[in-house]
Amino acid sequence: MRVMEPKRFELPPGRAEEGFQDKKPLYTPAEAVAEANRCLYCSEAPCIQACPTAINIPEFIRKIGTGNTQGAARTILSANILGQSCAQVCPVEVLCAGSCVYTGWGREPINIGRLQRFAVEATLARKPNLFQAKPPTGKRIALVGSGPASIAAAGLLALEGHTCIIHERKAIPGGLNSLGIAPYKLKGPEALRELEWILSLGRIELRTGVEVVEQAQGPGQVSASELLASHDAVFLGLGLGADSRLGIPGEEGEGVQGATHLIERIKTEAGLKLQGVQRALVIGGGNTALDIAHELALLGVEVGMVYRRSEKEMGGYVHELEGARLDGVRLVENRQPVEILREGGKVVAVKLAATRDGKPVPGTEEQVPAELVVMAIGQERATGVARAFPGVELDARGRVKVEPATHRTGNAKVWSGGDCVNGGKEVVNAAAEAKIAVRDMQRHLAGE
Amino acid sequence: MADLSIDFCGVRSPNPFWLASAPPTNTGDQVMRAFDAGWGGAVWKTLGNPIVNVTSRFGGIDYGNTRLMGLNNIELITDRPLEVNLREMREVKRRYPKHTLIASLMVETKEEWREIIRKAEDTGADLLELNFGCPHGMCERGMGSAVGAEPKVLEEIARWAMEFAKVPVIIKLTPNVGDILEPGEAAVRAGVPAVSLINTVKSLMGVDLDRMVPLPRVGNASTNGGYCGPAVKPIALHLMSQLSRHPACGKLAISGIGGISHWRDAAEFIALGATSVQVCTAVMHYGYRIVEDMIEGLSDFLDEKGMKSVSELRGRAVPAYREWGELDLSYKLVAKIDADKCIGCQLCYVACMDGSHQCIHLPGRTEEESRRAGHTHIPKDIPHRGVTAKAGTPGARVPFVDEQECVGCNLCQLVCPVPECISMAEVPSGQPPETWNDRVAKGTDFVPGGLEATVAARKRSS
Repeated sequence: MRVMEPKRFELPPGRAEEGFQDKKPLYTPAEAVAEANRCLYCSEAPCIQACPTAINIPEFIRKIGTGNTQGAARTILSANILGQSCAQVCPVEVLCAGSCVYTGWGREPINIGRLQRFAVEATLARKPNLFQAKPPTGKRIALVGSGPASIAAAGLLALEGHTCIIHERKAIPGGLNSLGIAPYKLKGPEALRELEWILSLGRIELRTGVEVVEQAQGPGQVSASELLASHDAVFLGLGLGADSRLGIPGEEGEGVQGATHLIERIKTEAGLKLQGVQRALVIGGGNTALDIAHELALLGVEVGMVYRRSEKEMGGYVHELEGARLDGVRLVENRQPVEILREGGKVVAVKLAATRDGKPVPGTEEQVPAELVVMAIGQERATGVARAFPGVELDARGRVKVEPATHRTGNAKVWSGGDCVNGGKEVVNAAAEAKIAVRDMQRHLAGE
Repeated sequence: MADLSIDFCGVRSPNPFWLASAPPTNTGDQVMRAFDAGWGGAVWKTLGNPIVNVTSRFGGIDYGNTRLMGLNNIELITDRPLEVNLREMREVKRRYPKHTLIASLMVETKEEWREIIRKAEDTGADLLELNFGCPHGMCERGMGSAVGAEPKVLEEIARWAMEFAKVPVIIKLTPNVGDILEPGEAAVRAGVPAVSLINTVKSLMGVDLDRMVPLPRVGNASTNGGYCGPAVKPIALHLMSQLSRHPACGKLAISGIGGISHWRDAAEFIALGATSVQVCTAVMHYGYRIVEDMIEGLSDFLDEKGMKSVSELRGRAVPAYREWGELDLSYKLVAKIDADKCIGCQLCYVACMDGSHQCIHLPGRTEEESRRAGHTHIPKDIPHRGVTAKAGTPGARVPFVDEQECVGCNLCQLVCPVPECISMAEVPSGQPPETWNDRVAKGTDFVPGGLEATVAARKRSS
């Protein structure tokens, strides 16, 4: 069997994200056992039902308590191959821990995320070869994008003995996991170590700097038709596109950035300085808005978060807002920017209007000084790549349409999962959808 | 305020809380600090001919996040020169004349017993405790539990002690016997006025799985030790009560020992016949200071129950300790789950399904689903809540009890993590009280469905 050379992906030193402290650091073994022993080991536990990948949480926690850490990691990773990053990035407050019976009882829920991180991290550090891939099947699967959905799918397919070729447009692989997660949860190198571990599971080749297009024009591009012709199946893990813009005067030019773009810079750019930025306004009320607002606050910027409706209508998680507020983020609700004011090209203030039902009310404008404006009002869809595959359909909101039970698209050889299908959810949803897709791909590859 | 002082074989003690003979009573300094903390008496670390100890000496057993549910030790009797111990005992008694000082003794020959009893009494000790209990080390030399396990030897040495002693003698018994009444009756025959029990239980604490050596480890080997701590309390309560309810042994004064950690434990031992209680592990774990809670808790408890002294509590629960054959077969309990308190962990359900009688059901299941899950009996009464509750709504995870099938075993209540969520309710069985022994007397002690040979034999004899 051909052994893939172990790849290592590096990020430049001196990145802004390095200065962030872990909000939920790795447990020591003693801490993990003490927390594990708090778990009641519920029968048919609600935490399992709350997990999109249905990890048998009480079982892995019990194993930590008995010192069977490796078994705990096996339980986790068998259900969710992205168990490492999910442990760190999952909004456990609204998933497993939120449904913990202790929560309903008015007590501190089990710190499931931290226990999961301990089990996986401690085990893989000692025994990375926890799983053995099946013998080669000779089947080849192309995966487009290297974000959580594709990586999860590739790992599961490789364990089944298939050969996977991942095509990533960017130079740094990992998608949202390495480029978009708030650094106090998961830093780029941590995401890359997980990715490398998945690459080590079997026959997976990762090609970076390769764009999948309808018709390849030259090097660095590959045609969708070519992928379809030379592979037994294709998985589209396209993620989302560029940050959306408001389309207001003054928006073009420096001093206005898209949220995911800025997060990516914080995580990957060496020596990023927010020069001259004392005050920033983040526009939006979702979790991306909360993330970048929180990150900027931790970088020492005075951050106002401008949302066009009221706090209780925000899409972002309550616990994330609380965390951001503790670190200094101020919420400005029922306001919308109508113009960005510049002096000598530089952003100096934003004109905010009061809103009624999310719409600006004329005559209510006021100027709020700021040197940086961050747009976190959503992302474009990666529709171009999807359309390059004949038969693959998009819904009215630009999401790839799949059969929910199989995650198969309108093209019988193409499956899809993750943000490009669900419109932007959690890493754990991408992992769960990849599982569903791979189960169906298996049936297809077995000729069923 | 209830009177906590006790009379133990004519010796007054300020309270029933004594330190057991063990490391906490190793030196005069320790015992004086214990008396300052509030302990009413102390049984000095066993005196005898000096010995040599090994390293390590203790092993612990934890449960979940709780340390030292049980402790074992392979330490021998005092390793200090006899004269040092005697001098310190004398000093303690001089400074604390109202506290109870008990000398624990362990030697071999009659002449040695004569000498050590005289020397111990010379310190002013109020009582002597003959250590016939230690199940490690000393027993290999014919002392400790080797004596306690041989009623004849026990009786003989006890008679020597009775011959030599001027102060009352206590025999400390080992639990490592088949029938505690045998050493108990031997003590009665020897004429001693008191016993103390239990000494530690023979044990191996575990195995170091990397070295393949049992614990506690002494180099490349280990040996059995004496097990004590909260985990042995039920064993101690049983053995002590066997003596308490025995017509002859029940007349002895009893110093109860075994896993006593707080006032409630102490009250239970006293209710089952102890006059004083002895504590070791809890002090080794938390220090002498725990006696504050013991004194206060017992005093408040006695006040609350309208008892004026500890002696009013003594033995109160003994009559209710019966043979199985004397229990009422008509008495019926069923489990009740308080839906408002239930947190939906369903531990009661899984415990009943796998560990008891499959009479706790999950809500919202069809009959077929219930049968598939392993229920052989489908309840007639399904609570409205159970069927209507949808996942994610309060009550959706609250199990319910099939009261017709519930055998009232307590298991669900025992596993439930929420206080007072599951209660055991008495239900009228409609039958007059009847014990198995009643049935035997009436000749109705036959339950069909058994062996053919048994049925045939029964026919032959009738």
